[in-house]
Amino acid sequence: MSAQNLHSKVIHLYKTLLYLGREYPKGYDYFRTKLKNAFMKNREVTDPKEIEMLISRGEYIVKELEALYMLRKYRTLKKRYYSDET
Amino acid sequence: MSGLRVLVGCKRVIDYAVKIRVRPDKMGVVTDGVKHSMNPFDEIAIEEAVRLKEKKLASEVIAVSCGPPQCQETLRTAMAMGADKSIHVEIDLATYEKMSPLHVAKLLSKIAQDNKVDLILLGKQAIDGDCNQTGQMTAALLDWPQATCASSIEKTNGDIKVVKEVDGGLETVKVKLPAVVTTDLRLNEPRYATLPNIMKAKKKPMEKKKPVDYGVDIDPRQKVVSVEDPPTREAGQKLDNVQDLVTKLKEQGLLTS
Repeated sequence: MSAQNLHSKVIHLYKTLLYLGREYPKGYDYFRTKLKNAFMKNREVTDPKEIEMLISRGEYIVKELEALYMLRKYRTLKKRYYSDET
Repeated sequence: MSGLRVLVGCKRVIDYAVKIRVRPDKMGVVTDGVKHSMNPFDEIAIEEAVRLKEKKLASEVIAVSCGPPQCQETLRTAMAMGADKSIHVEIDLATYEKMSPLHVAKLLSKIAQDNKVDLILLGKQAIDGDCNQTGQMTAALLDWPQATCASSIEKTNGDIKVVKEVDGGLETVKVKLPAVVTTDLRLNEPRYATLPNIMKAKKKPMEKKKPVDYGVDIDPRQKVVSVEDPPTREAGQKLDNVQDLVTKLKEQGLLTS
Protein backbone atom coordinates (compact mmCIF):
# COMPACT_ATOMS: atom_id res chain seq x y z
CA MET A 1 0.00 0.00 0.00
CA SER A 2 1.52 3.29 -1.03
CA ALA A 3 1.76 6.17 1.37
CA GLN A 4 -0.49 8.27 -0.87
CA ASN A 5 -3.21 5.66 -0.77
CA LEU A 6 -3.02 5.37 3.00
CA HIS A 7 -3.18 9.11 3.35
CA SER A 8 -6.44 9.32 1.40
CA LYS A 9 -7.86 6.45 3.40
CA VAL A 10 -7.16 8.29 6.61
CA ILE A 11 -8.77 11.46 5.28
CA HIS A 12 -11.79 9.47 4.14
CA LEU A 13 -12.12 7.85 7.56
CA TYR A 14 -11.91 11.23 9.25
CA LYS A 15 -14.61 12.66 7.01
CA THR A 16 -16.88 9.69 7.58
CA LEU A 17 -16.50 10.00 11.32
CA LEU A 18 -17.11 13.75 11.22
CA TYR A 19 -20.29 13.12 9.28
CA LEU A 20 -21.45 10.54 11.79
CA GLY A 21 -20.60 12.90 14.62
CA ARG A 22 -23.39 15.24 13.60
CA GLU A 23 -25.86 12.89 15.22
CA TYR A 24 -23.81 12.12 18.31
CA PRO A 25 -25.99 12.29 21.46
CA LYS A 26 -23.52 14.49 23.33
CA GLY A 27 -23.35 16.95 20.45
CA TYR A 28 -21.21 17.60 17.41
CA ASP A 29 -18.70 19.84 19.16
CA TYR A 30 -17.94 17.26 21.80
CA PHE A 31 -17.50 14.60 19.16
CA ARG A 32 -15.33 16.69 16.87
CA THR A 33 -12.92 17.64 19.66
CA LYS A 34 -12.59 14.02 20.73
CA LEU A 35 -12.16 12.90 17.14
CA LYS A 36 -9.50 15.44 16.37
CA ASN A 37 -7.58 14.55 19.53
CA ALA A 38 -7.74 10.87 18.66
CA PHE A 39 -6.31 11.50 15.20
CA MET A 40 -3.69 13.96 16.41
CA LYS A 41 -2.50 11.49 19.03
CA ASN A 42 -1.36 9.19 16.23
CA ARG A 43 0.07 11.83 13.92
CA GLU A 44 3.65 10.60 14.45
CA VAL A 45 2.85 7.07 13.30
CA THR A 46 4.74 6.25 10.09
CA ASP A 47 4.78 2.48 9.93
CA PRO A 48 2.30 1.47 7.16
CA LYS A 49 1.26 -1.66 9.07
CA GLU A 50 0.43 0.32 12.15
CA ILE A 51 -1.49 2.90 10.10
CA GLU A 52 -3.52 0.08 8.55
CA MET A 53 -4.30 -1.19 12.01
CA LEU A 54 -5.40 2.24 13.20
CA ILE A 55 -7.61 2.65 10.13
CA SER A 56 -9.33 -0.65 10.77
CA ARG A 57 -9.91 0.41 14.36
CA GLY A 58 -11.50 3.60 13.03
CA GLU A 59 -13.69 1.61 10.67
CA TYR A 60 -14.79 -0.50 13.60
CA ILE A 61 -15.86 2.68 15.40
CA VAL A 62 -17.83 3.73 12.32
CA LYS A 63 -19.76 0.47 12.48
CA GLU A 64 -20.32 0.83 16.20
CA LEU A 65 -21.66 4.36 15.80
CA GLU A 66 -24.08 3.30 13.07
CA ALA A 67 -25.31 0.50 15.30
CA LEU A 68 -25.60 2.87 18.24
CA TYR A 69 -27.75 5.32 16.29
CA MET A 70 -29.97 2.58 14.95
CA LEU A 71 -30.50 1.09 18.38
CA ARG A 72 -31.15 4.49 19.91
CA LYS A 73 -33.81 5.24 17.33
CA TYR A 74 -35.36 1.80 17.68
CA ARG A 75 -35.50 2.06 21.45
CA THR A 76 -37.01 5.55 21.40
CA LEU A 77 -39.74 4.42 19.02
CA LYS A 78 -40.41 1.26 20.94
CA LYS A 79 -40.75 3.22 24.14
CA ARG A 80 -43.00 5.76 22.50
CA TYR A 81 -45.35 3.46 20.62
CA TYR A 82 -45.17 0.06 22.23
CA SER A 83 -45.11 0.99 25.89
CA ASP A 84 -47.51 -1.72 27.06
CA GLU A 85 -45.38 -4.58 25.76
CA THR A 86 -42.62 -6.36 27.59
CA MET B 1 -43.95 -11.16 -13.78
CA SER B 2 -40.57 -9.51 -13.92
CA GLY B 3 -39.39 -7.21 -11.14
CA LEU B 4 -41.88 -5.12 -9.27
CA ARG B 5 -41.99 -1.40 -9.45
CA VAL B 6 -42.08 -0.17 -5.88
CA LEU B 7 -43.20 3.25 -4.74
CA VAL B 8 -42.11 4.33 -1.29
CA GLY B 9 -43.42 7.32 0.58
CA CYS B 10 -41.00 9.20 2.79
CA LYS B 11 -42.13 12.04 4.96
CA ARG B 12 -39.82 14.65 6.38
CA VAL B 13 -40.57 15.01 10.06
CA ILE B 14 -39.01 16.64 13.10
CA ASP B 15 -36.20 14.36 14.24
CA TYR B 16 -37.21 11.73 16.76
CA ALA B 17 -34.63 12.96 19.28
CA VAL B 18 -35.85 16.57 19.30
CA LYS B 19 -38.06 17.87 22.08
CA ILE B 20 -41.24 19.19 20.46
CA ARG B 21 -42.33 22.67 21.43
CA VAL B 22 -45.73 24.21 20.77
CA ARG B 23 -45.76 27.51 18.90
CA PRO B 24 -46.84 30.53 20.98
CA ASP B 25 -49.90 31.06 18.76
CA LYS B 26 -51.01 27.48 19.55
CA MET B 27 -51.63 26.71 15.90
CA GLY B 28 -48.79 24.27 15.44
CA VAL B 29 -45.36 23.27 16.66
CA VAL B 30 -42.03 25.06 16.27
CA THR B 31 -40.29 23.84 13.11
CA ASP B 32 -37.88 26.71 12.39
CA GLY B 33 -34.26 25.79 13.04
CA VAL B 34 -35.29 22.37 14.31
CA LYS B 35 -33.52 19.25 13.09
CA HIS B 36 -35.61 17.22 10.68
CA SER B 37 -35.08 13.75 9.32
CA MET B 38 -36.93 11.00 7.51
CA ASN B 39 -39.84 9.46 9.36
CA PRO B 40 -38.37 6.28 10.94
CA PHE B 41 -41.24 4.10 9.72
CA ASP B 42 -40.62 5.34 6.17
CA GLU B 43 -36.95 4.47 6.56
CA ILE B 44 -38.09 0.94 7.26
CA ALA B 45 -40.23 1.05 4.11
CA ILE B 46 -37.28 2.23 2.00
CA GLU B 47 -35.07 -0.47 3.48
CA GLU B 48 -37.64 -3.13 2.67
CA ALA B 49 -37.96 -1.89 -0.91
CA VAL B 50 -34.20 -1.86 -1.35
CA ARG B 51 -33.97 -5.39 0.04
CA LEU B 52 -36.62 -6.51 -2.45
CA LYS B 53 -34.46 -5.00 -5.15
CA GLU B 54 -31.34 -6.70 -3.87
CA LYS B 55 -33.19 -10.00 -3.98
CA LYS B 56 -34.01 -9.17 -7.62
CA LEU B 57 -37.72 -9.14 -6.80
CA ALA B 58 -38.09 -5.44 -7.48
CA SER B 59 -36.85 -3.72 -10.60
CA GLU B 60 -37.18 -0.12 -9.56
CA VAL B 61 -37.61 1.72 -6.29
CA ILE B 62 -39.14 5.17 -6.49
CA ALA B 63 -39.14 7.41 -3.43
CA VAL B 64 -41.73 10.15 -3.15
CA SER B 65 -42.15 13.01 -0.73
CA CYS B 66 -44.70 15.81 -0.56
CA GLY B 67 -43.83 19.08 1.08
CA PRO B 68 -41.54 22.11 1.13
CA PRO B 69 -38.22 22.18 -0.78
CA GLN B 70 -36.30 20.78 2.22
CA CYS B 71 -37.99 17.44 1.51
CA GLN B 72 -35.38 16.99 -1.20
CA GLU B 73 -32.84 16.23 1.52
CA THR B 74 -35.09 13.46 2.76
CA LEU B 75 -35.34 12.10 -0.77
CA ARG B 76 -31.53 12.23 -1.12
CA THR B 77 -31.29 10.12 2.00
CA ALA B 78 -33.79 7.68 0.50
CA MET B 79 -31.72 7.48 -2.68
CA ALA B 80 -28.54 7.10 -0.66
CA MET B 81 -30.15 4.09 1.00
CA GLY B 82 -30.78 2.61 -2.43
CA ALA B 83 -33.87 4.09 -4.10
CA ASP B 84 -33.33 4.54 -7.86
CA LYS B 85 -35.14 7.79 -8.37
CA SER B 86 -37.41 10.13 -6.56
CA ILE B 87 -40.37 12.42 -7.06
CA HIS B 88 -40.74 15.59 -5.07
CA VAL B 89 -44.22 17.07 -4.98
CA GLU B 90 -43.51 20.62 -4.01
CA ILE B 91 -45.97 22.26 -1.66
CA ASP B 92 -45.23 25.53 0.07
CA LEU B 93 -44.91 25.51 3.82
CA ALA B 94 -48.15 27.35 4.60
CA THR B 95 -50.25 24.94 2.53
CA TYR B 96 -48.26 21.94 3.73
CA GLU B 97 -49.04 22.67 7.36
CA LYS B 98 -52.75 22.38 6.61
CA MET B 99 -52.47 19.19 4.58
CA SER B 100 -54.11 16.04 5.81
CA PRO B 101 -53.47 12.34 5.06
CA LEU B 102 -56.25 12.35 2.46
CA HIS B 103 -54.40 14.86 0.30
CA VAL B 104 -51.22 12.84 0.47
CA ALA B 105 -53.16 9.66 -0.30
CA LYS B 106 -54.69 11.31 -3.38
CA LEU B 107 -51.26 12.41 -4.59
CA LEU B 108 -49.75 8.99 -3.92
CA SER B 109 -52.51 7.17 -5.77
CA LYS B 110 -52.09 9.40 -8.82
CA ILE B 111 -48.30 8.96 -8.74
CA ALA B 112 -48.74 5.20 -8.46
CA GLN B 113 -50.98 5.13 -11.53
CA ASP B 114 -48.70 7.44 -13.52
CA ASN B 115 -45.65 5.31 -12.81
CA LYS B 116 -47.37 1.93 -13.22
CA VAL B 117 -46.38 0.86 -9.75
CA ASP B 118 -46.98 -2.70 -8.48
CA LEU B 119 -46.39 -2.13 -4.82
CA ILE B 120 -46.66 0.90 -2.55
CA LEU B 121 -44.65 0.71 0.65
CA LEU B 122 -45.38 3.29 3.30
CA GLY B 123 -44.54 3.76 6.94
CA LYS B 124 -47.56 2.82 9.03
CA GLN B 125 -47.60 6.30 10.48
CA ALA B 126 -45.44 9.39 10.75
CA ILE B 127 -43.99 10.29 14.10
CA ASP B 128 -45.29 13.86 13.84
CA GLY B 129 -49.00 13.51 13.03
CA ASP B 130 -49.35 9.90 14.21
CA CYS B 131 -52.33 9.61 11.91
CA ASN B 132 -51.88 6.05 10.62
CA GLN B 133 -54.24 6.80 7.72
CA THR B 134 -52.29 7.52 4.56
CA GLY B 135 -51.67 3.90 3.58
CA GLN B 136 -55.24 2.85 4.18
CA MET B 137 -56.64 5.82 2.27
CA THR B 138 -54.29 5.27 -0.66
CA ALA B 139 -55.40 1.65 -0.92
CA ALA B 140 -59.03 2.71 -0.81
CA LEU B 141 -58.60 5.37 -3.50
CA LEU B 142 -56.84 2.93 -5.81
CA ASP B 143 -59.15 0.07 -4.87
CA TRP B 144 -56.07 -2.06 -4.15
CA PRO B 145 -55.72 -4.56 -1.33
CA GLN B 146 -53.87 -3.37 1.74
CA ALA B 147 -51.74 -4.96 4.42
CA THR B 148 -50.97 -2.66 7.30
CA CYS B 149 -48.35 -2.80 10.06
CA ALA B 150 -46.23 -5.43 8.32
CA SER B 151 -43.57 -7.26 10.28
CA SER B 152 -42.57 -9.49 7.40
CA ILE B 153 -43.11 -9.38 3.65
CA GLU B 154 -42.60 -12.34 1.37
CA LYS B 155 -43.23 -12.47 -2.34
CA THR B 156 -44.87 -15.52 -3.80
CA ASN B 157 -46.19 -15.96 -7.31
CA GLY B 158 -48.23 -12.91 -8.27
CA ASP B 159 -49.06 -12.02 -4.71
CA ILE B 160 -47.33 -11.28 -1.44
CA LYS B 161 -47.59 -12.81 1.97
CA VAL B 162 -47.54 -10.27 4.75
CA VAL B 163 -47.35 -10.90 8.46
CA LYS B 164 -49.17 -8.08 10.22
CA GLU B 165 -48.86 -6.92 13.78
CA VAL B 166 -52.31 -6.79 15.31
CA ASP B 167 -53.48 -6.39 18.88
CA GLY B 168 -52.30 -9.35 20.86
CA GLY B 169 -50.51 -11.20 18.09
CA LEU B 170 -49.69 -11.65 14.45
CA GLU B 171 -51.95 -12.06 11.45
CA THR B 172 -50.80 -13.49 8.14
CA VAL B 173 -52.51 -12.24 5.02
CA LYS B 174 -52.00 -12.91 1.34
CA VAL B 175 -52.64 -9.96 -0.93
CA LYS B 176 -52.76 -9.78 -4.70
CA LEU B 177 -50.58 -7.25 -6.43
CA PRO B 178 -50.81 -4.35 -6.94
CA ALA B 179 -51.13 -3.62 -3.25
CA VAL B 180 -50.38 -1.14 -0.50
CA VAL B 181 -48.27 -2.31 2.44
CA THR B 182 -47.47 -0.24 5.50
CA THR B 183 -44.48 -1.09 7.65
CA ASP B 184 -44.16 -1.65 11.36
CA LEU B 185 -41.10 -1.21 13.55
CA ARG B 186 -39.96 -4.82 13.54
CA LEU B 187 -39.94 -5.37 9.78
CA ASN B 188 -36.23 -4.69 9.37
CA GLU B 189 -33.28 -2.62 10.53
CA PRO B 190 -32.72 0.27 8.16
CA ARG B 191 -29.18 0.77 6.90
CA TYR B 192 -27.33 3.98 7.52
CA ALA B 193 -27.12 6.46 4.64
CA THR B 194 -23.34 6.84 4.41
CA LEU B 195 -21.60 9.98 3.27
CA PRO B 196 -20.28 8.56 -0.04
CA ASN B 197 -23.75 7.23 -0.83
CA ILE B 198 -25.32 10.61 -0.13
CA MET B 199 -22.83 12.11 -2.57
CA LYS B 200 -23.68 9.49 -5.19
CA ALA B 201 -27.39 10.07 -4.61
CA LYS B 202 -26.96 13.63 -5.88
CA LYS B 203 -26.53 12.16 -9.35
CA LYS B 204 -29.74 10.14 -9.20
CA PRO B 205 -32.78 11.63 -10.96
CA MET B 206 -35.31 13.65 -8.97
CA GLU B 207 -38.54 14.77 -10.61
CA LYS B 208 -40.11 17.95 -9.36
CA LYS B 209 -43.88 18.10 -9.52
CA LYS B 210 -46.73 20.24 -8.24
CA PRO B 211 -50.07 19.00 -6.92
CA VAL B 212 -51.77 20.54 -9.99
CA ASP B 213 -49.70 18.24 -12.23
CA TYR B 214 -51.67 15.39 -10.73
CA GLY B 215 -54.94 17.31 -10.70
CA VAL B 216 -55.19 17.06 -6.95
CA ASP B 217 -56.86 19.82 -5.01
CA ILE B 218 -55.09 20.31 -1.71
CA ASP B 219 -57.36 22.88 -0.14
CA PRO B 220 -57.69 22.13 3.55
CA ARG B 221 -60.91 20.41 4.63
CA GLN B 222 -60.04 20.61 8.28
CA LYS B 223 -59.23 23.49 10.57
CA VAL B 224 -56.75 23.36 13.41
CA VAL B 225 -58.49 24.79 16.44
CA SER B 226 -55.64 24.61 18.91
CA VAL B 227 -52.42 22.73 19.52
CA GLU B 228 -51.46 22.19 23.11
CA ASP B 229 -48.84 20.45 25.21
CA PRO B 230 -49.91 17.27 26.95
CA PRO B 231 -50.75 17.95 30.59
CA THR B 232 -47.66 17.85 32.79
CA ARG B 233 -47.59 15.34 35.56
CA GLU B 234 -47.98 16.91 38.98
CA ALA B 235 -44.98 16.64 41.24
CA GLY B 236 -45.14 14.01 43.94
CA GLN B 237 -44.51 14.45 47.63
CA LYS B 238 -41.93 12.86 49.86
CA LEU B 239 -43.12 11.82 53.30
CA ASP B 240 -40.99 11.02 56.32
CA ASN B 241 -42.82 8.06 57.75
CA VAL B 242 -45.67 5.62 57.33
CA GLN B 243 -47.91 7.54 59.74
CA ASP B 244 -47.84 10.59 57.45
CA LEU B 245 -48.55 8.41 54.47
CA VAL B 246 -51.60 6.88 56.07
CA THR B 247 -52.89 10.31 57.12
CA LYS B 248 -52.40 11.66 53.59
CA LEU B 249 -54.10 8.71 51.98
CA LYS B 250 -57.06 9.08 54.36
CA GLU B 251 -57.29 12.78 53.53
CA GLN B 252 -57.53 11.90 49.87
CA GLY B 253 -60.14 9.28 50.63
CA LEU B 254 -57.93 6.56 49.22
CA LEU B 255 -57.96 4.57 52.44
CA THR B 256 -60.98 3.69 54.45
CA SER B 257 -60.43 4.40 58.12
